[in-house]
Amino acid sequence: MQLWLIPILPLAGAAINGLTGRRTSKSLQSAVAIGSVLLSFLWVVKTLLGLGALEERYVEHYFTWIASGSLSIGVDFAVDRLTAVMLCVVTGIGTLIHIYATGYMHEEEGYYRFFSYLNLFMFFMLVLVLGANFLLLFVGWEGVGLCSYLLIGFYFQKRSATDAGKKAFIVNRIGDFGFSLAMFLIVVLFGSLDFGIVFEKAKALPVEASAGMITAICLLLLVGATGKSAQIPLYVWLPDAMEGPTPVSALIHAATMVTAGVYMCARSAALFMKAPIAMEAVAVIGLLTAVMAATIGLVQNDIKKVYAYSTVSQLGFMFLAVGCGAFGAGIYHVVTHAFFKALLFLGAGSVIHACHHEQDMRHMGGLRKKIPHTFNVLLIAALAIAGFPMMSGWWSKEDILGAAMHHHAWMYWAAWVTAGMTAFYVFRSIFLTFFGEYKGHAHPHESPWVMIGPLYVLAILSVVGGWLFRIPHLLEPVFKGIVPEGHSEHSMADMILGTAPGLIGIALAYVVYVASPGMADSIKSSFQGLYNLLLNKYYVDEAYDATIVHPIERSSRNFLWKVMDAGVIDNGIVHGFSGGAQNLGNLLRRMQGGEIRNYGAWVVIGAIFVLGAFTVLGGTK
Amino acid sequence: MREILPQELFTQAVPQAAYLILSAILFTIGIAAFLFRRNIITVFMAIELMLNAVNLSFVTFSNQFGKVDGQIFSFFVMVVAAAEAAVGLAIILMVFRNKATLQIDDIDSLKN
Repeated sequence: MQLWLIPILPLAGAAINGLTGRRTSKSLQSAVAIGSVLLSFLWVVKTLLGLGALEERYVEHYFTWIASGSLSIGVDFAVDRLTAVMLCVVTGIGTLIHIYATGYMHEEEGYYRFFSYLNLFMFFMLVLVLGANFLLLFVGWEGVGLCSYLLIGFYFQKRSATDAGKKAFIVNRIGDFGFSLAMFLIVVLFGSLDFGIVFEKAKALPVEASAGMITAICLLLLVGATGKSAQIPLYVWLPDAMEGPTPVSALIHAATMVTAGVYMCARSAALFMKAPIAMEAVAVIGLLTAVMAATIGLVQNDIKKVYAYSTVSQLGFMFLAVGCGAFGAGIYHVVTHAFFKALLFLGAGSVIHACHHEQDMRHMGGLRKKIPHTFNVLLIAALAIAGFPMMSGWWSKEDILGAAMHHHAWMYWAAWVTAGMTAFYVFRSIFLTFFGEYKGHAHPHESPWVMIGPLYVLAILSVVGGWLFRIPHLLEPVFKGIVPEGHSEHSMADMILGTAPGLIGIALAYVVYVASPGMADSIKSSFQGLYNLLLNKYYVDEAYDATIVHPIERSSRNFLWKVMDAGVIDNGIVHGFSGGAQNLGNLLRRMQGGEIRNYGAWVVIGAIFVLGAFTVLGGTK
Repeated sequence: MREILPQELFTQAVPQAAYLILSAILFTIGIAAFLFRRNIITVFMAIELMLNAVNLSFVTFSNQFGKVDGQIFSFFVMVVAAAEAAVGLAIILMVFRNKATLQIDDIDSLKN
């Protein structure tokens, strides 16, 4: 089926734009960038049509990459229904965002550099979802991390952007460390990294009652996932990652890359189902992240920051679903979230574009009349994420709430409240941006059609996506025999209860920000302490700085730099060797006086020495 | 004299040890001349002397072991020595023309 074509096409696009971009025109660069991703999407569609129902995994083996002892790791691509879903999301949303980005980035410096990175990201993301073993997944995993770093720091002349890029990279490093350890343990336990072999062997193992090897593997995988998917305690990089251009935020930091952790957990479902403690940890971390990020999102003023914390919170929901054993629901939310969160970010990008790079919502307002198309699509996205009935977000959120209810009641209610907060903060951003009086100084203008077009496509998907693509049902063959079946359908009453928080949140936001505009300030002043705590993001960054960053920095400066590097390595080893060589050279130089007879004498002395040695040692054998 | 030297020297044809001793003496003379003389021509002749001393021992061993390797070697040495003599004398000639001296210590233009 030539699966390799799917990732290779964007790689070719990246290479063409990256190598020739200096000399080609912007329209050619756009054509290459969009064309390569679009072709990749079409090839995905063709492949999936050719593969039919895809009840079983379809594997293609290309060559053996590493063969060492009994361990053999191949470059294999595999497609099952889970991969198929991810492929469609990545290439489909990717194409739309590429089209949008040609409009958004049109005036920017480094146009071809941007698209080269973006195509490279597509390549690695596709390797990540197509890879048929943990190592190939890890290659994609690291590659998307690299592209994320490059694109966050795209405006590299801005200090804050490069700092954010470095932060993302370093925080992800911690997670990747956990992932690598997990891979080593998998090799030790199963003797292979191939998904097929590992999961077959895992299925035969008994469920672990207490901490053990599989629990350790799953917890380490979870560490990896918390890094890439921005969960507690490693979520701190994602809000800062908004320094990158908005299409990047939409593609990488909302729709695709950050869901890689969820994908990885769902892919490893066979392992996680054997480790109940790890599953519980996934659920708790997901829930905590969802609650915490949602509360921070309530008070942020930067429109992209609101959506960034919203992303962290929604990713928490996905992990909650995975932790409750509802892998299908988690992936369901990955898909619908990709629709509406990409739309939210791209819409926010359109707003920012319209307001001449103003991101603070306090300087917006009343934009409903000025940029009506953007308003339409953002309203749809907001309704979808808030869980308005029949919108895409509603379907997946219902499933997640249902799974939480079956798991623990307290988890259900915590998620329920968080769903309400989600609706509140999203509509807060809508009301602050589009309603009331315009408070800025720029002259807002509607974005060009190349930007609005993809937004409407995403808007349609946000409306019908959940109803059209029944992911949990679709993924049943993937999790068959791994996850116990028979999750009872939840009743009408549950459904109404699950819909309530979204509607309540929207209503509350309307009351606070539209109906009585002074109310927000009075609430703010009466809960000043809490407000400051949330505005400063629970001081988590400060706490990390004080407990981890600064001690490491200080010890690096005082010990590793001044003692180890300057003292031992520079003075001891480098200068020691060079000085020693110099002294020895000075000594040897005296032997070379330029007198030919001296040299002759040395030769004679040497010959006598050799002959003497032969004589003493008894001659040659 | 007859009392000091080994008897074989007189009973047989010239013994092989004599050749080797002669070779060693020639070689030592060559070294001494190379180290202590200052005239380039003399130094050059000293080198030739050493080469021929070595030739002599090659031929001797060739005779002793009954193999022709040593003789072949000595032919090679002769060929190289002849070539070297031609080139070396030409160099010495040029040196004398340019520097008007044949003192080996005065020819140090490569030093420093």
